[in-house]
Amino acid sequence: MIEASHLAKRFGSVAAVRDLSFTARDGRITGLLGPNGAGKSTTLRMLYAVLRPDSGDALVDGESAVRTPLAALRRLGVLPHGAGIYPNLSARENIEYFGALHGLSRAAARIRTEELIGLLEMREFAQRRARGFSQGERLKTALARALVHGPRNLVLDEPTTGLDVMAVRALRRLLGQLRDAGHCVLFSSHVMQEVSALCDEVVVIAHGTVVACGTPAEIRARTGEAGLEEAFVQLIDAAGAALPGGDGS
Amino acid sequence: MHPILSVFAKEFRENLRERRTVVTALLVGPVLLPALFAAILSQQLQRSVAEADHPLTLAVAHLERAPNLLGFLRQYGVTVAPVDYDDAGARAAVKAHVHALVLGVSGDFGARLAAGDPAPLALYSDSSQLGDARDIGRVRELVREYGALLARLRVTARGIDPLLLSPIVVQDIDVSTPAGRSVLILGTLSYLILLTTLMGGLYLAIDATAGERERGSLEPLLTVPVRREWLIFGKILAACAYMTLSLTLAVTAFAIVLHFIGLERLGMSVNLGPGVALAVIAACLPLVPLGAALMTIVAAFTRTYREAQTWVGLVLLVPTLPLMFAGAMGLRPSAALMLVPSLSQHFLITSLLRAEALPLTWVALSVGVTLALGALFIAVAGRLYNRERLLG
Repeated sequence: MIEASHLAKRFGSVAAVRDLSFTARDGRITGLLGPNGAGKSTTLRMLYAVLRPDSGDALVDGESAVRTPLAALRRLGVLPHGAGIYPNLSARENIEYFGALHGLSRAAARIRTEELIGLLEMREFAQRRARGFSQGERLKTALARALVHGPRNLVLDEPTTGLDVMAVRALRRLLGQLRDAGHCVLFSSHVMQEVSALCDEVVVIAHGTVVACGTPAEIRARTGEAGLEEAFVQLIDAAGAALPGGDGS
Repeated sequence: MHPILSVFAKEFRENLRERRTVVTALLVGPVLLPALFAAILSQQLQRSVAEADHPLTLAVAHLERAPNLLGFLRQYGVTVAPVDYDDAGARAAVKAHVHALVLGVSGDFGARLAAGDPAPLALYSDSSQLGDARDIGRVRELVREYGALLARLRVTARGIDPLLLSPIVVQDIDVSTPAGRSVLILGTLSYLILLTTLMGGLYLAIDATAGERERGSLEPLLTVPVRREWLIFGKILAACAYMTLSLTLAVTAFAIVLHFIGLERLGMSVNLGPGVALAVIAACLPLVPLGAALMTIVAAFTRTYREAQTWVGLVLLVPTLPLMFAGAMGLRPSAALMLVPSLSQHFLITSLLRAEALPLTWVALSVGVTLALGALFIAVAGRLYNRERLLG
């Protein structure tokens, strides 16, 4: 379970995230939905302890990402936005390296890597150097790397960017499997269809704070819109208008 | 395995597959530079050894007009080639490089000589041909010598002591020892060794930091439950490993190369046997962590790979500045100068090569200060890696 409570982060004079709270439960896929620049990546980066919030806290299975970041990270699998892999290592070596950094023994890392290669259907390219991998192959490698230590919680930042339909479907299937196995899956997206197709819970973010959350159906009902996209646009506009000095764009 | 070792092993292996690293760390510095050094040095040696008894060929126009001069020149080992040029012909021949030098004997040479008037000779040469400068000097010297001989004969014939014509005699006394004469070569050698050592870690330092960020693999790396300073320590350790490899290869290559050049031919003794080579490596080792940490710090705080290349390239000059400074100022080792990293290694290397012992306290100063500064820089790198701005 991932709980963000009253997170705030400024970069210079820009308030990227303001008093942001939400909860992502186990056995659920939670989507962080918002336009570009809404503060999705900043929020996720505070969850996985790469950024330190100015105030507020984020708990991963009860471990604070601020006070005990290493303990929180042990319980977290992370796929950052545009996650790069090492071009001179094979897919297998990329995964095993992160296994070692997560404290797995060499044998354990190897067994776990083999499992993930099977699960993510990576047999064909597992042995190849990552230089020249397709976008889909790169994503699978990065995903396996994020799962190598068997975390209960998985955070993905815009995972579908640049993927073709087949790869997106494979990713959806995998995230569904993880949810059914009781994992907590949290991912960010600015694509409506993505979120409505996949999420059990939606957290709509605009201007650095949460403007709505609930199941897709609840959000549609609350705004009185038939489609999630219209509901989304309406929420963003309303949040912009409410902002002091906001132009509503 | 400790996370530092995991990072080290991965960086070491990955960079072994990176052509840029391998070429700079294991080929250019350790093999190509010594080879280049050897080629230049042996050419210089050959020239200076050969020049002393280099056969000189001189084209002389109308040599029948000066038979005695001809005999004098031959006596000093000059091969005389008779040619038949007038003034314009001689100019054209030198310009076209048919002859490097033409000595023209004027028509009235014999008559003026007999009359006791100055007898003109014309020496045609092309001063833009630097290689001929020494030959020109030699011919001029010989002709002057011949003139002085004639002068002595004339004053003797008039009953005057020819010694009156030589009021001053200069004696050249060269007190340099064979080892001392090689000081320039030794300076270059230690410079190249230090530069090669630094270059060995150059690409790894850039790749492990700026490269990692540019590829987008830094952020995932920071999500592993490992203290960030351990990550950077592992990377610095990998850079150290490559630098040590470069250093060892370079010193070995120089030892082999110097053995074959044979500096003894010039009366220089450079002493770089296996034992001294090991001592040179040991003297340079303390510089390795310092250089690796310095390059890593600089590369970690540039935004792109290219920017890192530029800055680290400049940083590479920093440790070599004291050497140039020392060379220009003619600095001698002293306790205070042994506190300057890279300069102290330079002094250690040269003293080892010249087989001159330095006080043990000076050696300890060099090792201690360099290692301490290295530790400080590594600590700074660890601190900087904990900053948020690292992600750029």
